[in-house]
Amino acid sequence: MRDAFANEMTALADERIDLTLLSGDIGNRMFDRFKQVAPERFLNCGIAEANMMSLAAGMALSGLRPVIYTITPFTTTRCLEQIRVGVAYHQAPVVIVGTGSGLSYAELGPTHHSLEDMAILRTLPGLNVLAPADSAELVAQLREALNSQNPTYIRIGKKGEPQLHQEGSQLGIGKANLLRDGSDLLVVGVGPILGEAVKAAENLAVDGFSVAIASLGGVKPLDDAFLKSMAKRFPRWLSLEEHGITGGLGSALLEWLSESDAHPIRLKRLGVPDAFLHELGNQAYTRRQLGLDAAGLAQSFRNAVAA
Amino acid sequence: MNSAELKATALTLRQRLVTTSATAKIPHLGSCLSCVELLVALYWQELRIDPANPVEPDRDRFLLSKGHGAPILFQVLAERGFFPLERLDDFGKAGSVFHEHPPKPGYIPGIEAATGSLGHGLPMALGMALAARIQQRHTRCYALMSDGECNEGSIWEAAMLAAAQKVHSLTAIIDFNKWQATGRSQEVMALDPLAAKWEAFGWHAQEIDGHDFEAITSALAAARVETNRPSVIVAHTLKGKGVSFMEDNNNWHYRTPNPEELAAALAELEPA
Repeated sequence: MRDAFANEMTALADERIDLTLLSGDIGNRMFDRFKQVAPERFLNCGIAEANMMSLAAGMALSGLRPVIYTITPFTTTRCLEQIRVGVAYHQAPVVIVGTGSGLSYAELGPTHHSLEDMAILRTLPGLNVLAPADSAELVAQLREALNSQNPTYIRIGKKGEPQLHQEGSQLGIGKANLLRDGSDLLVVGVGPILGEAVKAAENLAVDGFSVAIASLGGVKPLDDAFLKSMAKRFPRWLSLEEHGITGGLGSALLEWLSESDAHPIRLKRLGVPDAFLHELGNQAYTRRQLGLDAAGLAQSFRNAVAA
Repeated sequence: MNSAELKATALTLRQRLVTTSATAKIPHLGSCLSCVELLVALYWQELRIDPANPVEPDRDRFLLSKGHGAPILFQVLAERGFFPLERLDDFGKAGSVFHEHPPKPGYIPGIEAATGSLGHGLPMALGMALAARIQQRHTRCYALMSDGECNEGSIWEAAMLAAAQKVHSLTAIIDFNKWQATGRSQEVMALDPLAAKWEAFGWHAQEIDGHDFEAITSALAAARVETNRPSVIVAHTLKGKGVSFMEDNNNWHYRTPNPEELAAALAELEPA
């Protein structure tokens, strides 16, 4: 996902003279090609995220399209005040990209986990809060964000995530897609963790369970028409996110259900429990420990169907 | 505008400011009175702006980083012709866009950014200056800060990046009135030596009397000819300047004048 982002930014730098890339002193060699294409439009802002965020707002108010890139906690909660006032209140069309989201950097410890970002940022008026599941969705969302009048936050993974969307999917901001259809249960998720869900659904199919997997692309805005159509088909939903259980996608869906006149839906939330993690391992280990790998998810899916 | 005219304008603005503060109960009077000369020099002598076309892309940008100075900025913008003075009749009334801080652009002509949360204006002005460099526009960017605002870490983040990027089109001005909301700025955060701090951060620093028009304009001119570093003007000012019983009295950070105090203040603000 990181490489897809860097490659797309290089292509975009050529296409649009207003695109500016701001890095918080990360991505050592990653942006070398961007710097070749547009050296004057790459700025290493140092380890100073509050200034970087306000500076991006100032650039956007002057007609540029700044894209901020650094590790998720540092470009979200670290400088929340600057996002709220500089970016969201001014409706400055800044694109904020958080890399290594969720548990991507699990072994780096809670300082580098991002399990609150979507919950917090979706409270800000006018800010799109996106969590693409794969590179294709990331690229589509990035392009749409750069043409939007609103600011956008995109949380991405790291490297080597599988492609999950099928050819011909309608990708973008607030656009949901079925990654896999089914009939017993609907899993509604965001982000690369959906790869584990698809594997779980494939394994369960052998035993005769039919699980549908939907990728929502983000938590704000929600694809209202898609959710309404799913509500007609599925009475049981599971939400799935590599994010804390509080305030993220699951909560957004519960809010949507409470405001909609959809049929009674039973929704359970899957995500990271409301606790800091202390016994560390890599992302695969941590997902397994939390029941968020394919095997753990398969068990949750079975339980939901049986309930 | 000659020196007498600048002084007369400053006096008129002070009269309107204290009157509005009294009638609409708008605080931060001391902080507004300390930066009147700085704003008058900027808006009548320095900034390349056109009140008839306030969004002209090549204009200079002025950001009131000390957003609580909005009551005096609104008076300046009206007097400078960005909007009719009568619009300020609504100041402080329910439903008005004129309240204690500048709103986001689009509501009041001439306002470039919403400020009020301290430490945002200088970084935003830096972003605008960098944008102008990328867009190859001849725009200068200015941020007026308070000394208390220099408590914020984001100011020093911006200071380091502006120096690294040699953003010579950026001028920061500090309304150094020696007070912040609840104490002497030197006692709260050991601000001194303030100009030396900026110099150590790679800026061209000047210290002036912030109520002396000649000193202000020559410092702004000196900043304009810098070619490889940003400039800061540390302007020594008096909080509450112009009204004897408000001068250097920090109670006027939050207090608004009662009718007797307003009459006494206006009596002092008569032309000599």
